[in-house]
Amino acid sequence: MRAPLSWIRDFTPLDAPVAEIAAALSDLGLEVEGIEQPGREITGVVAAKILVVLPHPNADKLQLADVDFGAGETRVVCGAPNIAAGMIVPFAPSGATLPGGFTLERRKIRGEVSDGMLCSAQELGLGDDHSGILQLDAGTELGADVRTVLGLDDVVFDLSITPNRPDAMGITGIARDLAAHFGLPFDVPEPPPAGAVDDAAARVTVEIDDDVRCPRFVGRIVKVVVGPSPEWLARRLTLAGMRPINNVVDVTNYVMLERNRPLHAFDLAKLAGPGIVVRTGNEGETMVTLDGVERKVGPEDLLICDAERVPLAIAGIMGGGDSEVSGTTTEILLESAYFQPMSISKSSKRLGLRSEASARFERGVDPNGCASGADRAVQLLTEIANGIATPGSVDVYPHPVERPRIRLRTARVNALLGTSLTPAEVVDAIRPLGIDVEGTGDDLVAIAPTFRPDLEREIDLIEEVARRIGLNTIPKTLPSTTAQGGGLTRRQRDRRLVVDALVGAGLSEAVTLSLIAPADVERVGHPLDQVVRSTNPLRAEESLLRPRVLPGLLRAAAANAGHGLPDVALFEVGHIFLPPADDALLADERDHLAVLIAGTVQRSPVEPDRPVDAYDAVDAVRAVFSALDLADVRLVPEAGPGFHPTRSSAVVVDGQPIGHVGEIAPTAAAAFGTGTPVVGAELDLDALLAGSRRDRAFVALSRYPSSSIDLAFVLDDDVSAAAVIATLRGAGGPRLEAVRVFDEFRSEALGPGKRSLAFALRFRASERTLTVEEVGELRRAAIDAVTDTHAAQLRT
Amino acid sequence: MNAIEAKERLDRALAAARDALASASTLADVEDAEKEYGGKRSVVAEVREAIKGLEPADRPIVGQALRGFADALAAAVAARRDALSAAENEGRYALERLDLTLGGHARPRGHLHLVTQVQRELEDVFVALGYQVAEGPEVEDDWHNFEALNFPPGHPARAMQDTLYVDLGRPEQVMMRTHTSPVQIRSMETRELPIFVVAPGRTYRNETLDARHSPVFHQIEGLAVDRGITFGDLAGTLEAFTSDYFGEAVTARLLPSYFPFTEPSAEFAVSCVFCHGEGCRVCSQTGWIELGGCGMVDPNVLTAVGLDPEAVSGFAFGFGLERMAMIRYGVEPIKTFFDNDVRFLEQY
Repeated sequence: MRAPLSWIRDFTPLDAPVAEIAAALSDLGLEVEGIEQPGREITGVVAAKILVVLPHPNADKLQLADVDFGAGETRVVCGAPNIAAGMIVPFAPSGATLPGGFTLERRKIRGEVSDGMLCSAQELGLGDDHSGILQLDAGTELGADVRTVLGLDDVVFDLSITPNRPDAMGITGIARDLAAHFGLPFDVPEPPPAGAVDDAAARVTVEIDDDVRCPRFVGRIVKVVVGPSPEWLARRLTLAGMRPINNVVDVTNYVMLERNRPLHAFDLAKLAGPGIVVRTGNEGETMVTLDGVERKVGPEDLLICDAERVPLAIAGIMGGGDSEVSGTTTEILLESAYFQPMSISKSSKRLGLRSEASARFERGVDPNGCASGADRAVQLLTEIANGIATPGSVDVYPHPVERPRIRLRTARVNALLGTSLTPAEVVDAIRPLGIDVEGTGDDLVAIAPTFRPDLEREIDLIEEVARRIGLNTIPKTLPSTTAQGGGLTRRQRDRRLVVDALVGAGLSEAVTLSLIAPADVERVGHPLDQVVRSTNPLRAEESLLRPRVLPGLLRAAAANAGHGLPDVALFEVGHIFLPPADDALLADERDHLAVLIAGTVQRSPVEPDRPVDAYDAVDAVRAVFSALDLADVRLVPEAGPGFHPTRSSAVVVDGQPIGHVGEIAPTAAAAFGTGTPVVGAELDLDALLAGSRRDRAFVALSRYPSSSIDLAFVLDDDVSAAAVIATLRGAGGPRLEAVRVFDEFRSEALGPGKRSLAFALRFRASERTLTVEEVGELRRAAIDAVTDTHAAQLRT
Repeated sequence: MNAIEAKERLDRALAAARDALASASTLADVEDAEKEYGGKRSVVAEVREAIKGLEPADRPIVGQALRGFADALAAAVAARRDALSAAENEGRYALERLDLTLGGHARPRGHLHLVTQVQRELEDVFVALGYQVAEGPEVEDDWHNFEALNFPPGHPARAMQDTLYVDLGRPEQVMMRTHTSPVQIRSMETRELPIFVVAPGRTYRNETLDARHSPVFHQIEGLAVDRGITFGDLAGTLEAFTSDYFGEAVTARLLPSYFPFTEPSAEFAVSCVFCHGEGCRVCSQTGWIELGGCGMVDPNVLTAVGLDPEAVSGFAFGFGLERMAMIRYGVEPIKTFFDNDVRFLEQY
């Protein structure tokens, strides 16, 4: 909403500095998005009368004009064809400045001295008209500052109006708030009433089929002479952001902007009947709106029709072309109606059609302002369009809207705001807003105006009190939170541990979009019948809710590679979405952890660089296992979806598979456009966090020496090291303090499909030194267990 | 030999030993000198042997002299040995030089995403104020995302949200949450009073990722519900938070606004952290930076979750984490947060 200050001043004598007014508007909740002062840069431009126009001796297209600027006379060179003796025009003498900071100087043009220039509308920043010199009103005083004459000293506040304040979609609503804030008088003059006669009602009929969606319709009939609007009215509309059209349409727009009272003017001669029927649309019905578009209307839309039920307008949204006011219009029917906000909102949304009128109707206009709004338009038409109104009006208003009566307790105001206002202060705060108050003491009845449909409940009035006293004057306090302990839950702390472990392991956290492309889901081997879809995506690439986090990381790796950054180590923790379990409504949503490492591990010159491998991904997830101190987590060789078939493992926590780790399938890596190899992991973080933790009971440290032995076995390739270690642990029992693999090798001598694994075992007893015999027995037991369980041979 | 002679011999031997040690150039030389002057065939051995033949009165005097000699020799040997081994080590160290600025074996530490860092800082600020951290699903139903928050069906404010709907339930019944506010409802539905929670998380809009828009962004929501919570408590809490997070010099202010789920509602702004209120490009010359929305929980919301608005009251606030990071660190455009360019990730 653009509000010119001069217009605001029609209703309240506001003379505070612009900055103070702007601050007040913001404090009132009418957010100032911009302040325009169109004439700020213009200085020294005055009204002057053209005394005589002479041809330029040296140029066909130029003329010389002698002008009287009040304080003297001078001569200028002018290129505009429209000048004539007697015209009063804006004159910028040498030394004057124009928009853009351009300062005029006395200079010769084709040999003739020009003491400044005459200005077009465009040169004064008044729109696009550069066809000729701007003509000022004949009565303009010579020498008068054109900023005053043209209203260029005006200030326009560009306000963002919240949906609860329809009244502030009109200048009067803004002025009312400002008057209250500055403690100034406020008055909206009443236009001459239509009169109680029923002449108008005798000439047109109005029939409302649906008085829920159209509770009121006021019509007035006015004879008019259509023509351009006077300069002052056109200027105000322009400043407020609307384009002047003709005096009749401009008056309807003027009243809409002034009073938040949308009006529509129909060419009465085009209305069959003459009369109006307000009805809902029929299935399959169409009509052509003012903008020339044929629109399908239906039962959701309310139509203004003539007596033969032919649609003239989509109620509250846009008129039709046929009954539009044109140059041939001589008499109009002025519509001033009230439509149910929800009905306009739905209809406007369905049609994809918004207008200044619909924006106001859907927020809620004043049903009790219909008649005076029409009267105001008639008053203006009388002034500027030779309007002659038929006395009286048609007013169909079967169920008048009463002003709501709302209980208002000062104690409640203070309890919610944390203030200590007296009842008198509460009343003083809200009265200037047009709210009447009955009763005295703590418990009052406030009677809200119908132009403020947002005032229905006590809390709505409390908000008004807060707004009026100023939110920033309310004493600041802190609530007592002592009845609750602040902190993170165990799960939240563990999630931080996981993330920190990965950061410590050299991975950086990525945040990828949760909406992904179906192709990306397929590429990582997730079935497309196990996904949740969006119903109104803007692009197919963002149409699925991610069932896995990895695709986003693969995309991130590919994008980085595209920027010449192929070496990445990323992880992400975030929600994934699967179809609901059983009969749940919402998606099966859980936290996943994904890891992605690509490119080269750069270690030169300390040691050679090497390409990433699956063990880098294993390191990352093991850092997490260790941070969480998981008791039972195993890697079980298994081809994970989207992973390399022989270079990936299932991660099994407490016997339950919770995801995979390993090398990404080369086909998937190629499809995403990352280099190869690329490795990673995707784990169900919820399951991981639920995993049992190691027993943290202290194990006493044995004081006795240990005995270490090494054992090497020839094994089939598909026997995992982890499986052998598990066997060794079983055989070694509590005496086996530690075991690890220290060598792996394959050779022709071992044969295809075979490898040798060497293990270092450390034995120790808690209560004494193990004897040589005991260690020998433990060694034999270990060898027997591995050779029996895994068809292995001891290498000697 | 009497006591005087014995002492003289020892003194001379010590002087000779010191000379020998001084001229020793290797550890082996030191060892030789030690053997020569302290060993079995040395002067000190002869004196020790001769002590038995001395007058009883002389014996303690010579004994003392012997101990003095042994200590002095040991000290001289140790000093020379240290000096020689230090020199020897220095030579070896010169050959063992490593340039530790070359790099290392391990990957350097990674980086938390800037949004996570901001989220943690904010969580920690509010935890210190006595808050807990609440979470909720990102796929929400109409009740939690809209209706319970006082957006009745057809409410114009719903249309302002660019909702991305999900193919579950009835049409437009399930959606990607458009704000973290549904966690307010879930918190009030499941927790006992008093409730002091913050709820960070992802929120969604039906927009395509470009320089200025993102279909995904993060918010943090705050909610306090108890008996006697006031607007003054809201203003005080926001000030405590802003001065903790941005520093004492930053002040907060509130401007009336409108949200369906709070009343009175306000926008909250902080004095510009760049120009300290003077007016600059970042704050559009206003001296203030808008952070987010807040207000007292609307009575309709309390009623929706079965609380009595006459008995309890509450406040809520919310703001965008990306916006916070943009304000604090000047990151732009918003797309940067989701591109995951490692040059960005490694900046923070």
